Amino acid sequence: MIEICNLSKSFVTAGGTVDALRNVNLTIRDGDIYGIIGMSGAGKSTLVRCINMLERPTEGTVLLDGADLGMLDKKKMQEMRHHITMIFQSFNLLMQRNCLQNIMLPLRLIHMPKDQAVKRASELLETVGMSDKAKAYPAQLSGGQQQRIAIARALATDPKVLLCDEATSALDPKTTHDILSLIRSINEELGITVIIITHQMSVVQEICNRVAILENGTVVEEGDVSDVFSNPKAAATKRLVYPDMAEGIDSLGAAHHQMVRLVFQGAGAATRPLLASMAIDCNIAANILSATTRTLNGKVYGTMLLNIPGGPDDLARAVQYLSQTPDVSIQVEMEYPMQQAEKAGGNAAEGKEADER
Amino acid sequence: MSEYLARYFNEKKMADAWVIIQDDFVNATLSTLYITLVSTLLAILIGLPLGILLVTGDAKGIRPLPRWLMSVLNWIINLLRSAPFIILIVLLMPFTRMLLGSAVGDAGVIVPLVIAAFPFVARLVEGSLRELNPNIIEMAQSSGANTWQTVFHVMLPECVPSLITAFTTAITTILGYTAMSGAVGGGGLGNLAIAQGQQRSNHAVLLSALVILVILVQVLQTFGTWLARKADKRLKNK
Repeated sequence: MIEICNLSKSFVTAGGTVDALRNVNLTIRDGDIYGIIGMSGAGKSTLVRCINMLERPTEGTVLLDGADLGMLDKKKMQEMRHHITMIFQSFNLLMQRNCLQNIMLPLRLIHMPKDQAVKRASELLETVGMSDKAKAYPAQLSGGQQQRIAIARALATDPKVLLCDEATSALDPKTTHDILSLIRSINEELGITVIIITHQMSVVQEICNRVAILENGTVVEEGDVSDVFSNPKAAATKRLVYPDMAEGIDSLGAAHHQMVRLVFQGAGAATRPLLASMAIDCNIAANILSATTRTLNGKVYGTMLLNIPGGPDDLARAVQYLSQTPDVSIQVEMEYPMQQAEKAGGNAAEGKEADER
Repeated sequence: MSEYLARYFNEKKMADAWVIIQDDFVNATLSTLYITLVSTLLAILIGLPLGILLVTGDAKGIRPLPRWLMSVLNWIINLLRSAPFIILIVLLMPFTRMLLGSAVGDAGVIVPLVIAAFPFVARLVEGSLRELNPNIIEMAQSSGANTWQTVFHVMLPECVPSLITAFTTAITTILGYTAMSGAVGGGGLGNLAIAQGQQRSNHAVLLSALVILVILVQVLQTFGTWLARKADKRLKNK
């Protein structure tokens, strides 16, 4: 288990002190695939480097199974890094060494006899499906293959924790999927705890069971991936989970300031013609702005962004009607601006006509 | 032109030159190679660790050393590099005599040559190592490598091709410096060219010595470049 307690990190630069991390608290349980997601500059890379002490926290502690990593002396720290290993966005293989030698690097660092190290490295090549490339040099491999070798290298010393720093950001979607599958099978078969740093929501969605959202050096939301994705609370999370909010919707203007988001949890919730029945029962014709489905941990989630035309009364009636339905959660995205009620009401009608055209 | 030819390349001069070429050129060439190789090896022996120290001991290096110590090191290197070689030879004569018992001959030129060349080699090594992608160093650190292991398992092996290129530059430069060995009675082609060609006006000897020096530099450089390319595993299609 990794416990990050009140962790802060600031850098002194020419322009003054920069707080990269502020009072971060996280608990990563054994066997988790823990996602840490945020935009660039949010502090994710600094956070992951504080976990293996490549960056010394300014304040706070990192505990691995109760042991304070910040208190380790130099030698113990180097030993710790055989238990918490790391893979990188740019793979960072030794370009002058072949695949087998690359995987043997951590084994040579712990002075494993050469014949044993060769044997272990060959096994790892098999684990990552690269047995035929033992003698190949990194320059002869594709990005995905290089990352496989880097993963094998990271596994060489039988670590407890694998840190992935944007490990798939340089890869195409298909290769990303393959690498994530490999990481998942490593997590399941070897019981290695995985911490994934990424800016890609799809990565968290595909593989993580827990997630923390980092913004400006603080954790703004944390929890099970299914909870966070089906019911995001912080603004930063919503931006990540519902990228549609950022793109285009704003430009629709005041016409859509009565927005409601529906989240259908599980396939069962999607069987009822909910909007059609609302139109019949309440006489409210909702306008669908966007709709998506996604799978989290094998469960299907549907989300729908609706515009409810008419005044605040209609909005209230719609919210009440929709919230009665089982397995559907509802959030009002933007409150109706009361003082502009009449003007916006007119605009909403125009907006709807525009949609119909 | 014809006057120049008549003066420097007349029958007598050519006959003299031929005798000198037959008698002395083999020894002079061997002498040049001996001085060059020994000096280069010794300069690398001192310059390589010093170059490593300049990179690792830097404030942002993997094992920062006290600032004053780094300043002193840099200052000494710059000082030695700024002294003209011929002056260094003269200044170092007492030191050479103390070290070897004599300050003249081939050995007498090796000492000042090493003193002049090791700071140059240190700077070349420093340049090579600084070219290394810092992500690779971070990888080594995250794998639990200590300073020693980072240098010997990661930094040096990754820099082998550029170090070979740097050492090739060093050996050809040192070869050029050997010409001044005559100042302390050392042998070699450069000395022969100056002694016979300039002081006895035998330009045939001078040009012949030059041709051999040019060939030596070309051979060394071509070999160094070939070796560096061969060692570099980043080049895909070889």
